[in-house]
Amino acid sequence: MSLNLADVKRIAHLARIAVEEDEMPGYLQQLSNILNLVEEMQAVDTAGIEPMAHAQDVVLRLRNDVATEIDRHAAYQAVAPQVEAGLYLVPKVIE
Amino acid sequence: MINTSLKELSAQLASKKISSVELTQTFLDRIKGLNPKLNAFITIDENKSLAQAKAADALIASGEAGPLTGIPVAQKDIFCAEGWLSTCGSKMLHNFVSPYDAHVIEQFNRSGAVNLGKTNMDEFAMGSSNETSYYGKVKNPWDLDAVPGGSSGGSAAAVAARLCPAATGTDTGGSIRQPAALNGITGIKPTYGVVSRYGMIAFASSLDQGGPMAKSAEDCALLLNVMAGFDARDSTSLEREKEDYGRDLEQPLKGLRIGLPKEYFAAGLSADVAQAIEAALTEYRKLGAQTVDISLPNSKLAVPVYYVLAPAEASSNLARFDGVRYGYRAPEYTDLADMYGKSRAQGFGAEVKRRIMIGTYVLSAGYYDAYYLKAQKLRRLIAQDFTNAFAQCDMIMGPTSPTTAFNLGEKSDDPVSMYLSDIYTIAVNLAGLPGMSVPAGFGANGRPVGLQIIGNYFSEAKMLNVAHQYQLATDWHTRVPQGI
Amino acid sequence: MQWEIVIGLETHAQLNTQSKIFSGAATAYGAAPNSQACAVDIALPGVLPVFNRVAAEKAVKFGLAIGARINRKSVFERKNYFYPDLPKGYQTTQLELPIVAEGGTLQIQVGDREKTIRITRAHLEEDAGKSLHEDFHGMTGIDLNRAGTPLVEIVTEPDLRSSAEAVAYAKKLHSLVRWIGICDGNMQEGSFRCDANVSVRPVGTETLGTRCEIKNLNSFKFMEKAIEYEVRRQIEILEDGGRIVQETRLYDPDRDETRSMRSKEEANDYRYFPDPDLLPLVVDEAFLDQARASMPELPQAMRERFMRDQGLPAYDAGILTTSRELAGYFEDTVKALGGEAKMATNWIMGDLSAQLNKEGLEITNSPIAAGQLAGLLQRIVDGTISGKIAKEVFAAMWAGEGDADTIIAVKGLKQVSDSGAIEKIVDDIIAANPAQVAEYRSGKEKVFGFFVGLAMKASKGKANPAQLNDILKKKLAG
Repeated sequence: MSLNLADVKRIAHLARIAVEEDEMPGYLQQLSNILNLVEEMQAVDTAGIEPMAHAQDVVLRLRNDVATEIDRHAAYQAVAPQVEAGLYLVPKVIE
Repeated sequence: MINTSLKELSAQLASKKISSVELTQTFLDRIKGLNPKLNAFITIDENKSLAQAKAADALIASGEAGPLTGIPVAQKDIFCAEGWLSTCGSKMLHNFVSPYDAHVIEQFNRSGAVNLGKTNMDEFAMGSSNETSYYGKVKNPWDLDAVPGGSSGGSAAAVAARLCPAATGTDTGGSIRQPAALNGITGIKPTYGVVSRYGMIAFASSLDQGGPMAKSAEDCALLLNVMAGFDARDSTSLEREKEDYGRDLEQPLKGLRIGLPKEYFAAGLSADVAQAIEAALTEYRKLGAQTVDISLPNSKLAVPVYYVLAPAEASSNLARFDGVRYGYRAPEYTDLADMYGKSRAQGFGAEVKRRIMIGTYVLSAGYYDAYYLKAQKLRRLIAQDFTNAFAQCDMIMGPTSPTTAFNLGEKSDDPVSMYLSDIYTIAVNLAGLPGMSVPAGFGANGRPVGLQIIGNYFSEAKMLNVAHQYQLATDWHTRVPQGI
Repeated sequence: MQWEIVIGLETHAQLNTQSKIFSGAATAYGAAPNSQACAVDIALPGVLPVFNRVAAEKAVKFGLAIGARINRKSVFERKNYFYPDLPKGYQTTQLELPIVAEGGTLQIQVGDREKTIRITRAHLEEDAGKSLHEDFHGMTGIDLNRAGTPLVEIVTEPDLRSSAEAVAYAKKLHSLVRWIGICDGNMQEGSFRCDANVSVRPVGTETLGTRCEIKNLNSFKFMEKAIEYEVRRQIEILEDGGRIVQETRLYDPDRDETRSMRSKEEANDYRYFPDPDLLPLVVDEAFLDQARASMPELPQAMRERFMRDQGLPAYDAGILTTSRELAGYFEDTVKALGGEAKMATNWIMGDLSAQLNKEGLEITNSPIAAGQLAGLLQRIVDGTISGKIAKEVFAAMWAGEGDADTIIAVKGLKQVSDSGAIEKIVDDIIAANPAQVAEYRSGKEKVFGFFVGLAMKASKGKANPAQLNDILKKKLAG
């Protein structure tokens, strides 16, 4: 499967990474190289093999339903780019 | 003092021959002197470290000290530490003073250890040379033209140059073992789930695992005793009995069956590394071990599988860095979409952006089955290889890295060749197994060689025993780089 | 052309847990901005999710209540997209393996028709935060208190054929989630909100038309109006030879219309994959048993029981089982009264409901408790007062003047059952109205009511009606 510039544009947009037009060919080349590296996988027949999502075959632990957290928004917002009245501020969201 | 083992330092602290403040100051002074050359640390905070040292001395005086009380430990900058800048090697977090402690940091604090500073690393742990850090390259203390490896290159260089008695690292595809090998130190990546990932900034959640990096296996055991343990805040942390990882250190190795995967000794392995590994195996045979030829037939798939799964998880894990709640926000933007795009384009470095993009691609509509799902299936085959192998042997050994440290800049323009420097370490993460690297001599260029030891699940104590017995018989781990 | 309307509903019900689905932050509504958004909720670097057991219990209870298959193993996945109210850049949800699988149904009543609506699935997921668009120097404010609140998303098959059916289903579902205690159902606070997938097709055709999704319908009235508007809009477009564009729309109640949501228009590629931070959620037999044991009698079963044991009509039984509180009130009343279910039903669905509605009260806040209502009805049963007087007593009880017996005593409303007194009243009436008496005796029995009216008036309504009837008949017969 080969990649083209439109793919790179689409991926960059999905990943919300601004890529300048003149950077596109470079990305195309590098990402294509990585895809060539992983292409080897396609040669192996994996029919009937269960996908492995986790390193250990264990099940989810369940937490008791207790509110344990205290209000620390002041400490958390001390490192925020822009806050006002306890809210994080972002450029206007249009719905 | 700088070459003294943790056990001995602990004894000297307990007997008040030295104080933690003196010990901490000694290392802080070394960092001040040598870090400008090595760039192993991103953040040092003398006041904080010394305050902890003072508290440790008080604890020792009150007779409540543990084995690590008063010992300075350098922390990889991937671990969030309250009140400390925690950058993960990225511009994205250039101003992130963490409001909380990682579980690993908490464990060290509880043990009375001193946080000596935050070590440099590849940005978001993505790299094998420490050249992707926003805070500059780390240099290999054995040869300032060489890379220290990565991603825990700062920790490895700091231990090798004796800027700290011990350090922490994390390992997603070899990030503890490869830099340990390239710097001539000892490092262990435990079984997935043994060390809590809470507060360890995620790269690839199903592969990431923290572990110690130190001068010897014995030191690693003491450190792992503190780092390991169940943590309810990490759903993948395993509920197991607390264990003493040093309990088997003195066991003889007679009868130990060492599996040698033929795939780890094939083309691609440089001759000088092969020679050093062969010498180490000879040493093991002298210690009573026997070697068995084994095969890990799907080894060649480890790199491709890893470079699908790790970027896929990373593309999602790094979506939270959006310039809204913390971290870097672009100074100028026109609207929300522009703010996202520019903040992420400017905040992330080239390698991180490449991996986010490749990860985004392999998960996207139409490609998921061919890449992501396929890789997950192959991951099972790779893990199965190890299960089969451990039916024939107790430990698996081989080189940690196919070459000794390469030169700075040698591979930084060619990501794929960089990726291939982890061919022997990656499969261990995919399987979730423990793996370690032990100093085993030097290559033709005088740069260190690491012997990789891979154990079965939860066999850390045995692995440390196997490494320790070797370190009793050899002195590679005591060698110190000269001329820095 | 005749058009058939096809609707499927997706409902987000907030589970009424104490803490969030993946963190220990409180879920209470209305806290100061971000004061209930902990490190996990704001997605600080390095934090990890830990799943809340009770969220699973509540989802399983829902699955059992609708008769669905429960997946013994379900998987949390990440749905990746960027939005300021989504701190991690992904929503943790379930896609391939939801906790509640197929097989669930809900019975709805529309008019006198019953219909079964199939529920495709229900899955666990986390809620997002809120964007506040009040002006912060032209910026939007983000409050993450709601982020991480547990939700169960309930998806129907496209089985609904009108706005009335959609509303009936939504009401039934709303009543069910409250009944089994998994959701407070507070629609103003957003605890229960629906998205409607609406399409139309020519009657008699099988293929589904292109649908539009109307988001965030948070009242039954708006749901009805939004669907009706959307149906009209789509039919108009099609009849003008146009084509429906699949899109997400928002209902504007002020203008009573739906409009396209531009922000959701760009083609999304959510890149779902299993969340590596969360292991498979396993529901074992013990877990299921526990959920079954904690399950109250379900409305459908209770409705059937009311019909069978109390002899109630289907309609009445259906109304009484719209909420557990109402059904409980009914059962308490009948128990205290020792029967008379139909009478109790008439009073509860009649005077009591009317009064509650008028004052905007819930049954749980009724000034007349079930025991007190039974006390009143008891006095009708034992003949102390008539049904008509009972209404007067009821009004006094509502006004807080005491229980039925006190009011009857204080106001002297006790029914006159003394036959001598009634006979005297009847004798006086007969004597005073010879013309009507003659009429009656000549066969015009309609005039009987005239005598009853006069006698009641003379007794100030207190004459025992049955007794009065007997005496009047006897005396008029001569």
